[in-house]
Amino acid sequence: MTNHWIDLKNSDCILIMGSNAAENHPISFKWVTRAQDKGAKLIHVDPRFTRTSAKADLYAPLRSGSDLAFLGGLINYIIEKDLLFKEYVVNYTNASFIVGKSYGFSDGMFTGFNTQTGKYDQSKWGFEKDADGKIKRDNTLSDPRCVFQLMKQHYTRYTVDRVVEMCGTPQDKVLEIFNAYAATGKPDKAGTVMYAMGWTQHTVGVQNIRAMSMIQLLLGNMGVAGGGVNALRGESNVQGSTDHALLFNTVPGYLPTPSTAQPMLADYLKLVKPESKDPMSVNWKKNLPKYAVSLFKSFYKDEAPEQAYSWMPKLDVGQDASWLVLFDEMLRGKFKGFFAWGMNPACSGANSNKTREALTKLDWLVNVNIFDNETSSFWHGPGMHPKKVKTEVFMLPCSVSVEKEGSITNSGRWMQWRYQGPKPLGDSRPDGEIIYELAQKVRALYKEQGGAFPGPVLGLNWEDMGDGRAFSAHKTARLINGYYLKDVEDKQPDGTVKVHKKGSQVVSFAFLKDDGSTCSGNWVYCGSYVDEDPKKGNRAANRSKEQSPAQANVGLFPNWSWAWPVNRRVIYNRASVDLTGKPYAPQKPVLAWDATGKKWDIDVVDGVGGPGAVHPFIMQVEGMGSLFGPGLKDGPFPEYYEPLECPVSEHPFSKVLHNPTALTFAGEKHNSCDPRYPFVCTTYRVTEHWQTGLQTRWQAWLLEAEPQMFCEMSEELATLRGIKNGDKVWLENTRGKLWAIAIVTKRFKPFTVQGQTIHEVGIPWHFGWRFPKDGGDAANLLAPSVGDPNTGIPETKAFMVNVRKA
Amino acid sequence: MTLSRRGFLKLSATAALTSAFSGIGFAAKPAAQKAAIDRISQLKPEWSKQTTTACCYCAVGCGLIVNTALSGAKRALNIEGDPDHPINEGALCAKGASIWQLAEGNPGQPNPRLQKVMYRKPYGTKWEEKTWDWALERIAKNIKRDRDATFAEKNAKGQTVNRCEGLASVGSAAMDNEECWAYQAFLRSLGLTYIEHQARI
Repeated sequence: MTNHWIDLKNSDCILIMGSNAAENHPISFKWVTRAQDKGAKLIHVDPRFTRTSAKADLYAPLRSGSDLAFLGGLINYIIEKDLLFKEYVVNYTNASFIVGKSYGFSDGMFTGFNTQTGKYDQSKWGFEKDADGKIKRDNTLSDPRCVFQLMKQHYTRYTVDRVVEMCGTPQDKVLEIFNAYAATGKPDKAGTVMYAMGWTQHTVGVQNIRAMSMIQLLLGNMGVAGGGVNALRGESNVQGSTDHALLFNTVPGYLPTPSTAQPMLADYLKLVKPESKDPMSVNWKKNLPKYAVSLFKSFYKDEAPEQAYSWMPKLDVGQDASWLVLFDEMLRGKFKGFFAWGMNPACSGANSNKTREALTKLDWLVNVNIFDNETSSFWHGPGMHPKKVKTEVFMLPCSVSVEKEGSITNSGRWMQWRYQGPKPLGDSRPDGEIIYELAQKVRALYKEQGGAFPGPVLGLNWEDMGDGRAFSAHKTARLINGYYLKDVEDKQPDGTVKVHKKGSQVVSFAFLKDDGSTCSGNWVYCGSYVDEDPKKGNRAANRSKEQSPAQANVGLFPNWSWAWPVNRRVIYNRASVDLTGKPYAPQKPVLAWDATGKKWDIDVVDGVGGPGAVHPFIMQVEGMGSLFGPGLKDGPFPEYYEPLECPVSEHPFSKVLHNPTALTFAGEKHNSCDPRYPFVCTTYRVTEHWQTGLQTRWQAWLLEAEPQMFCEMSEELATLRGIKNGDKVWLENTRGKLWAIAIVTKRFKPFTVQGQTIHEVGIPWHFGWRFPKDGGDAANLLAPSVGDPNTGIPETKAFMVNVRKA
Repeated sequence: MTLSRRGFLKLSATAALTSAFSGIGFAAKPAAQKAAIDRISQLKPEWSKQTTTACCYCAVGCGLIVNTALSGAKRALNIEGDPDHPINEGALCAKGASIWQLAEGNPGQPNPRLQKVMYRKPYGTKWEEKTWDWALERIAKNIKRDRDATFAEKNAKGQTVNRCEGLASVGSAAMDNEECWAYQAFLRSLGLTYIEHQARI
């Protein structure tokens, strides 16, 4: 979230799309409802009428996977009807930038596509620069090669008629929603979006979010109270685990994983340091070399930065090691050992049969979990013959959250400290302790016996994560924040010199160095633990509700917990004021310029300097919001493509049916327009269960409410297939087969798409064969292993199935 | 009803915790009518300690208060929404309201949580109970054996990669920040590049 949960109350119009927040993030509705109480409009666009729809002022159905038609239509509508916030668009976005001549778009394809590799050459999508290397601009937005004009042209194809044709949304609903949302383009109005996996789990997932980001920029909704682009994260610490880079492509703090293109530290630092020739661009990322060196020093504090860097594992250039690829490689026998730590991939990954079979190719598997589950027990699951499965399995019991101490980061980037209540039950242990002790055992073996490349194994900084025997959350939190590795002198503005003592905590990432004198495990968290004494320094534990009246007005709570970065509660907040520092929404400012004190009040401002001193989007190289985004693998403008499995053979936007860059695997079939699998299927969650159900299926209170796998379908489809409410049905496609109890409901209605009737069904993904008995199995048995080209996130929200009475 | 310390201990030892302590307060059926427990008394500082926590389910980050018994098994007695917390103001959804049951199990039944280290040998047909030391030592040996066998200092093109090819990991957004950091550092020090988790799916 660029904003945070409480901030939802400041919105004038809330669009919930790709999410069922009322059921899956129920407490968010405390703040959605408060916005509605003050007159805000709530819009819900979703294939199914849910409790979110029931609370909405406006609900519109949309066929799963057609979101980009809808969002592209809204972009076109805003431009065509001139409903954008022009001053904001000119001053704060790249609308005025002139795009280079090598960029082009024709019939669904951008320039630079290589048919051999299936990839684009993104360098074709650059901007035109003048002799000084500054990007050329046209602030009148009339140059035919400026971003605004190219965007306008790109989306003229996205007419309301075509939105209706592909989404199956009634025309009056489309217009009503476009009108209501575009009304937030007025300077003092704020519109926000709440989205979740309903947008990301598509082969155009990233472009769904980008399209919405463009809408927010066009309407001036970024950086303001009640605005922003707000991803509703589904796991309590998935924000933190992403920040800390439990992903192949990053290392902590969103730095790229080193690759063979950067053999030396100097190459890496050059890669991460972008350059801007615009003096008004803060270009915050130019500081990344300091954060990178501090990161490598946090791993290997006794080594010189060059040595520490050389110990980081390197990817081949362009190597994809994301989830779907990982399991594909596992199936081919690449891995001997595998950790499924606090996860249940046998149910959570798309194409469960493939995932489960892949586990049989391992020599050994470690699964750390709270309950026995489909992953640790895969070897005696459906269709498995234990005597034929070679995999050695370790199932290790870990503690639940209330049995340990440490922090988690919520969707609004609030880092909150949790304390230990009861001690771990039975032999269960906190994950941190298990990791720490296992690592010490591995180190002991390398110390005794030597082995391959022992440097990093022996050199890792365990000293700052525990006491040599036991893990310490506090010590690790201090390392993540960072501290001085030697005495460092800092020149103050008044000419005096301040000495930061070796061992003392660094108070902000502005003080991190690239010479090896500081360490920080994650620069984004620098400022979270600023004194060795937890009482003084651990800001995640802050529990004061003290705030100024202006802060209370927008519900900032700056003294409750700590938010990254630097306790900023609304990211890009500099865009909430005009070039003179005047808030666009004077009734709910997030920033106020104090001209006498020469400082900003209310929230922590983005960037440095007074009003108009710098461009607001400081994490962008040029400081501007990106209406044109050359950084994505599937094009600088979101373009409509159907899901890899879809019920149509063409669409009106271009000749290209699917995303040409989607992640796919050779030999795997996709069931598009296959009469055997005529129905669109989507997956979702219910309030009483969570993810694969691993942490909810075992609780009687929750299981009683939602005991087993079900399939929701329209009355029309039920009639067509002779299915009655409560019947057992089979869902199937080329990947798998799954039984469910039919829920025949008015919540689903058939869609009219290109004049055809298209039926859609929905299934929850909380169940698995291991427990309860007769609970059903994983929805992912049916989901395809295809993914978004940028993220590799599988397309589990739209695929094709057949449904028949069991 | 007021309780003496002795009376309280007797009650907590014999009475199964039969009703939901949850914020929204819907209750499972009691297994049998047992002596009523004075829950208000249980939550007093002389019987239990209070700690704050944030919910382990979705990422709204609702605050909760945990009461843990100071005597007996010293287990959690009650977990409910924290009324001081600015986001949830004491409210919880059905899942958050069941965290007590996640930790302590279903009233009157054995706690279904994993409480022992379990091991299944290659081609084995059953689980065997093991000690932590045994399991962690064996896993450590497996890691070393396969890391040593599959570690590549150079790729096929002769470029420096310093990575372990034969091990992979997924997990976990269910861990604390500090655990996530330690885990990724551990994996990267071994040379893993196939590091993934829930955020990808």
